[in-house]
Amino acid sequence: MSDTLLTARGIRKAFGDHEVLRGVDLDVRRGQVVALIGPSGSGKTTMLRSLNGLETPSAGTLEVSGGPALDFSRPVTQRERHALRDRSAMVFQQHNLFPHMTVLQNVMEGPVQVRRVPRAQAQQRALELLDRVGLADKRDAYPRQLSGGQQQRVGIVRALALSPDLLLFDEPTSALDPELVGEVLTVMKELAEEGWTMVVVTHELSFARAVADEVLFLDGGVVLERGAPAQIFSAPREERTRQFLHRLLNPLD
Amino acid sequence: MNWELFASSFWPIVLGGLKGTIPLALVSFAIGLVLALGVALLRLSKNPLLAWLGRAYVSVIRGTPLLVQLFVIFYGLPSLGVTIDPWPSAVVAFSLNVGGYAAEVIRAAILSVPQGQWEAAYTVGMSRTRALRRIVLPQAARVSVPPLSNTFISLVKDTSLASLILVAEAFRQAQVIASATFDYMLLYLEAALVYWLFCTVLSFAQTRLERRLERYV
Ligand SMILES: Nc1ncnc2c1ncn2[C@@H]1O[C@H](COP(=O)(O)OP(=O)(O)OP(=O)(O)O)[C@@H](O)[C@H]1O
Ligand SMILES: [Mg+2]
Repeated sequence: MSDTLLTARGIRKAFGDHEVLRGVDLDVRRGQVVALIGPSGSGKTTMLRSLNGLETPSAGTLEVSGGPALDFSRPVTQRERHALRDRSAMVFQQHNLFPHMTVLQNVMEGPVQVRRVPRAQAQQRALELLDRVGLADKRDAYPRQLSGGQQQRVGIVRALALSPDLLLFDEPTSALDPELVGEVLTVMKELAEEGWTMVVVTHELSFARAVADEVLFLDGGVVLERGAPAQIFSAPREERTRQFLHRLLNPLD
Repeated sequence: MNWELFASSFWPIVLGGLKGTIPLALVSFAIGLVLALGVALLRLSKNPLLAWLGRAYVSVIRGTPLLVQLFVIFYGLPSLGVTIDPWPSAVVAFSLNVGGYAAEVIRAAILSVPQGQWEAAYTVGMSRTRALRRIVLPQAARVSVPPLSNTFISLVKDTSLASLILVAEAFRQAQVIASATFDYMLLYLEAALVYWLFCTVLSFAQTRLERRLERYV
């Protein structure tokens, strides 16, 4: 289990004068689930997007096994960006499903159009994956005909269909009505149990506690604290972590 | 009111519309849309020179009268040794014109597609071009149907300018009959009626098309 999948060192990112990431290190082993937590604006989304090439850090190095070793102190080529992107798949906060395509088309689009998987084969796999999240009967529905929880499950299936090494989630449940959160977290928990490697930005502490192997607390663009969920949640070392967890659990204080 | 003349000239004018106005508008619109997509992409380009080119084009087309554009092509170009027949001249002028106006519509429609759609396309592995073609343009197309229908209806009316370079279309038919019978009021009103009928049918088609699209968006 010590098979390293992702190594990021000293990741920095500035938007203009605003330094959002100030040297973040991240190691992810195959089969591991890493949760990124932290206050709003701490850089969680920016870090996650950097892993997928949606954001280009201003400094640092990043290597995803099987992909290029990137050094952000020099310009990243389009080819390297694509190679990096091929290793992972992203599940967005606002699902970002393609509204003009059916559920099945959404899931097959990447495999068929980009990966050149034969249509019949891609369709079979898409239906298997949809079946697994309980949405096989929605194959011909359009995204707007689905509930938020169903949309997000399709978003997850669209990511899985790319057979990525790494699944990235950016607060996949925070745009959902409370009663729909459970169905999405259940799917994610099952994926973790099946051995998918995942980096999850989340405010769902009970999920992080139950599923994550490691929790990183990001604050002001640096990792202030990292460790096993039991340690971070029960015995945080840093005062900032303690405050953050307290606020999250007692929003009225 | 000379009803006999009205009745005998009605079909010639309508035929001028069906054989002249509508084909001229359709061909110019089709070519104009392709041009407009290109100009819109120039306008959206990150390359400042290309973006400037697109802006300059739109500015010139929208900042000068269509009649002047038409005359430059038909009467002006021959002095540079380029002589084009009336019909193709009209097609060139109207296509260039649609290219300028529709470019702004298409640009706005592309910008109205949320950034998240581009990002989702990238994360399923698409290049910029493929994301544009498969994900963004189909969504932009739906948004731009109502404004582009308006552009088309305006174009149908604007093609009457082609009568000034002697293209046989609806208004030209009315002019020809008017100059033979001297009943200008009758024939020009009749021409107006024919344009109005055409545009009413087109608006009706536009409403139906928009309703159908609403069901999918
Ligand atoms: N494209 C951008 N341009 C300018 N500033 C940006 C951009 N993207 C993010 N930022 C800024 O970077 C900071 C960190 O943003 P980020 O989205 O990574 O935080 P986050 O930890 O995900 O917060 P949240 O919990 O609210 O999602 C914020 O102050 C944000 O305003
Ligand atoms: Mg965020």
